[in-house]
Amino acid sequence: MAEGSVVHELPVTQSLLEIALRHAEAAGAKRIVQLNLVIGQFSSIVDDSVQFYWDIISRGTIAEGARLHFERTPGQLRCVACGEVFSIDGEDYVCPACGSTQVVVVSGDDFRLDSIEVE
Amino acid sequence: MTKRVSVVENILSANDRLAADNRARLDEARVFAINLMASPGAGKTSLITRTVEALRERWRIGVVDGDLASTLDADRVAALGVPTVQINTGGNCHLDAVMLRTALPQLPLGELDLLIVENVGNLVCPASFKLGVHKDVLIASVPEGDDKPYKYPPMYRGVDALILNKIDVLDAFDFDVDYFRRGVEVLNPGLAFFPLSCKTGEGLEAWLNWVEDQIRSFRG
Repeated sequence: MAEGSVVHELPVTQSLLEIALRHAEAAGAKRIVQLNLVIGQFSSIVDDSVQFYWDIISRGTIAEGARLHFERTPGQLRCVACGEVFSIDGEDYVCPACGSTQVVVVSGDDFRLDSIEVE
Repeated sequence: MTKRVSVVENILSANDRLAADNRARLDEARVFAINLMASPGAGKTSLITRTVEALRERWRIGVVDGDLASTLDADRVAALGVPTVQINTGGNCHLDAVMLRTALPQLPLGELDLLIVENVGNLVCPASFKLGVHKDVLIASVPEGDDKPYKYPPMYRGVDALILNKIDVLDAFDFDVDYFRRGVEVLNPGLAFFPLSCKTGEGLEAWLNWVEDQIRSFRG
């Protein structure tokens, strides 16, 4: 997304592994096959970069080889004037339907591990 | 046979827990703490210098300075004669709760009213990592351009106050303050906003008043 955003994926990925292992252990799982992540557009995370670190740090754990599934929720705005819901475009926050600048954020802040799939 | 295990946990939950520990420690010592975030060169160290100089007679101030490698900023702040701890992040692009936790015991917390944490110059990463301070403050500056609330929305989403520094050079740049503020207002309605110049001192008073109000209401 933006300059400098590649570096913080390592601590993010480490945290992800810690959470997944903790929940897998609590569920008595032998292996983690998939992690289901929900990441909003307002969270600056690069999927490929997380995947890169994941492949390295998950080695030797029960999560080795697990797939990372990213569900991306768009950064969406709603026009207060006419109710139109639209996605951010990185340039302006103006309603494409009526031109109003009275808009509010309705989605895009998600940053969570929703579930894991285990054996 | 695979089965799905529900987790629903913030991805940086470990950092969030440590941030909560930091907060408890600051609360116990009755130290009001702010985290200053900005791009490199926006004026974090200048703002700290101005703030310390103006408030040091009335409040006991400490500074935590996060930097990639050098001690240049910490040296500037330490020259003011207030307790200063330097955190070298070793190339990390942001401070996190662990780093602040390591820094806190190096400060005389019992003898402080205000702690200012200078984050690493970066407009992306620090937004995700809570430190446990009481208020997160973002410094934008005129030369960066008026489109930053549109290009870096996460940073503007999570802060408690916004400074626009270097307003003394507004005339030299095509910086549309209305366009800038409109973007901010969408991302963070009602955000406290302080246009100022650390160089000329214009606008500083409103910022300083805000800081003092925050300290007073925190200390009850």
